[in-house]
Amino acid sequence: MNKATSPNGATPPHERDIKTIVNAGLARRHAAERRFRWYGLTAITLGLAFVVLMFANIINKGLPAFWQTYIQVPITFDAAALDPEGQRDPRALAGADYNALVRAGLRQLFPKVEGRLPLRALSALVSTDASYDLQRRVLADPQLIGTQQEIWLLASAAVDTFVKGNIDRGLEEANRPIKDNQIDWIDQLRAAGKIERQFNAVLFRSGDSREPEQAGIRGALMGSFFTLLVTFLLSFPIGVATAVYLEEFAPKNRWTDIIEVNINNLAAVPSIVFGLLGLAVFINFFGLPRSAPLVGGLVLSLMTLPVIIIAGRAALTSVPPSIREAALGMGASKLQMVGHHVLPLAMPGMLTGSIIGMARALGESAPLLMIGMVAFIVDVPKSFLDPATVLPVQIYLWSDLPERAFVERTSAAIMVLLAFMILMNGLAILLRKRFERRW
Amino acid sequence: MQPLLFLTLLLLSAGAYYVGRRRALAVAGGHIRNLHSLPSFYGSYAALWCGLPALLVFALWAVVQPNLLVDWVVAGLPPELRDLPPDRLNLVVNDLKNLVGGNFVSSASDPVMVEAAERYRQLRAIGNTALWVVVLSFAIAGTAYAWRAISPAFRARNRVEGVVNLFLIASSTVAIFTTVGIVLSVIFESMRFFRQVPVAEFLFGLQWSPQTALRADQVGSSGAFGAAPLFAGTLLVSAIAMLVAVPIGLMSALYLSEYATPKFRAFAKPALEILAGIPTVVYGFFAALTVAPLIREIGSALGLHVASESALAAGLVMGIMIIPFVSSLSDDVINAVPQSMRDGSYALGATKSETITRVLLPAALPGIVGSILLAISRAIGETMIVVMAAGLSANLTANPLEAVTTVTVQIVTLLTGDQEFDSPKTLAAFALGLVLFVVTLILNIIALRVVRKYREQYE
Repeated sequence: MNKATSPNGATPPHERDIKTIVNAGLARRHAAERRFRWYGLTAITLGLAFVVLMFANIINKGLPAFWQTYIQVPITFDAAALDPEGQRDPRALAGADYNALVRAGLRQLFPKVEGRLPLRALSALVSTDASYDLQRRVLADPQLIGTQQEIWLLASAAVDTFVKGNIDRGLEEANRPIKDNQIDWIDQLRAAGKIERQFNAVLFRSGDSREPEQAGIRGALMGSFFTLLVTFLLSFPIGVATAVYLEEFAPKNRWTDIIEVNINNLAAVPSIVFGLLGLAVFINFFGLPRSAPLVGGLVLSLMTLPVIIIAGRAALTSVPPSIREAALGMGASKLQMVGHHVLPLAMPGMLTGSIIGMARALGESAPLLMIGMVAFIVDVPKSFLDPATVLPVQIYLWSDLPERAFVERTSAAIMVLLAFMILMNGLAILLRKRFERRW
Repeated sequence: MQPLLFLTLLLLSAGAYYVGRRRALAVAGGHIRNLHSLPSFYGSYAALWCGLPALLVFALWAVVQPNLLVDWVVAGLPPELRDLPPDRLNLVVNDLKNLVGGNFVSSASDPVMVEAAERYRQLRAIGNTALWVVVLSFAIAGTAYAWRAISPAFRARNRVEGVVNLFLIASSTVAIFTTVGIVLSVIFESMRFFRQVPVAEFLFGLQWSPQTALRADQVGSSGAFGAAPLFAGTLLVSAIAMLVAVPIGLMSALYLSEYATPKFRAFAKPALEILAGIPTVVYGFFAALTVAPLIREIGSALGLHVASESALAAGLVMGIMIIPFVSSLSDDVINAVPQSMRDGSYALGATKSETITRVLLPAALPGIVGSILLAISRAIGETMIVVMAAGLSANLTANPLEAVTTVTVQIVTLLTGDQEFDSPKTLAAFALGLVLFVVTLILNIIALRVVRKYREQYE
């Protein structure tokens, strides 16, 4: 408060009163100000803390899944057992008993193990995929037959979980998936350097599986790819065309008003309602196959359209009218004006909006549950009509499974999904930074 | 279906473009100024005539052929198979298709089926050859027509632009068709549902157990469709979410727009918006595997009974998800309040917080209410978090520590897995969808109205 003095030099009495009143309240008011400011800062810190917490939580859970335990087992590719006829006939080789090789190898490591149950526990150290692995190796290279090799075999999920330290040794034997004798063997293998963690290529190479150590996200990734391809091919041209029509051609009348209101409302319709639409229209009415990326792409493109249209219109309005007038003045038709001048200038903005829309479609799962993309599918889809699932739905499916190894994989799948989303959003930001023009 | 034919058609259209251009230049005697339009328009005109009619025929054929084939093959089946009831006949046809596709089926040894499959294959081969011939002749005929039509005075540009214009208009109606599709599909199935279950019972009934009994003596399958517990559960979860999101979101927006330095704002605003970009399934996973166990532990430490799938966990995480919606929408609204109002308040000696609470908030209130309504509609329609973290049991309770179920959870559980389309169980999902659609639509319309009114006030 600055000193207000009246013309005759004396401070009038009522003004002094106001000053004392104001000064008396000042401390309280400033405290309130500080409090308020602190509330705001707390709110932001909380919000940011949630971001950090969630990322830390998921990375903490998911990072170990990128490494997988392997056990080195001496395998004797016995010619008599694998190929008794010596023809190297692929069909005979494929049908041989590779399980026996794995069992023999494990027994060679632990010759003292006797009895049916201990032997079974011993072969449970490696994954059921180990025998298929040997089969693939022999089919790829028949020269192996008759030799002895030290081969790194995929360990079972229980062993993997134990080696990663997620099973407590102190638990009672009946309460853990891995028994005392197995722990003993693992310790011996570890001491001999025959157990190690390698990069988990299986995660990126194979489709879904009931066995955690064999489960991968390849199928879901391909499903997501096909679904998003359909989504993009449909929603981008239609979205751009709609934006161009509404912004450049449409007369301002009732009909275009209806379209505009419609688009704004569609942007806010819950995604699950689009799933109901897909189920009732595409699957029941048109008879398209369930679980197919084609139907998933159709549903997601209807969801993405409003996003692309709204972004596209914003990009078109940011192109100054002088460009349009200049083009028309040179004798271009309206369509030539749009096609040759306005659209190329608005394209970066439209692409940015579309990429953000596609990123959202990539993370969407609720409507896809409705159209049957939640099935357990082992095969990697190869076309738009093969049954498939997508990455977020795979995460949903895995999150329901109780095994610790699946929790790990779910988090890893989330990390892959988030990596793709960061990539797409980063691309959108880059596009905007690179091509944005201020008029 | 026939990618090769499609590709051929594309190539032919490209050829037609070239032919049309050449023709235009030829009729103009090599001088472009004699032509009405640029040569490229004549080319496009020819390409359109080559591609569009052929493509239409192609699409029509692709829809009609499979049905016709099945009819013909069924007509050729022995009478005892042909006269089966429709659903059984469907099975036979499915078997047949599998046989044709080379899959192993149980009827592979049946000579009748093998013969029928052979017929099917033959007919299909004939059909595909015919398709090629018809589509290609349409393409060539179209090009020929365009070739004849091209003359110097011919208005090719107007024609081509007319087609493009049609495409633009057709695209803009897709949004309308989507809305119509949603409304029709939801209403039709709901009407079928309400024929079996009265509307009043559905809206106000207190008992929800959608398993209909297959046998009369079956336990626990009453087939009750009172959705009130679902609505209550949805409201409970949404209310918890809003309790988290509104204070945090609003205070963040106020801090960012009024207090934060530009540098801090440039960092914090996008960082907060990361929350909006994270897929909901990730939130669901976080809620089910991290937050829910945490709440249960805290609860049991305090001596409270907490259900393993409590409404609190789902609501809390949903609230986190909604923070950026509230904050960025309110941020827009707060920034739209004219600076002169702030300046006036400061000039009177008010502190910043006083300006905010006494001037800014009252001025921005309609907009903030609008953004909160939008956030509520988002919370009601949110699916994955509640599917993964809230329960399935329809409890009518206001206790956030108990398990509740929501409308979206029930839609998902009713519609995943095997389903028949005449049972009230699956139809109930569409009735729930109708309620969800109507409620969110009303919320959105009100919110948009409020926000628009408010904007007009300051523009």
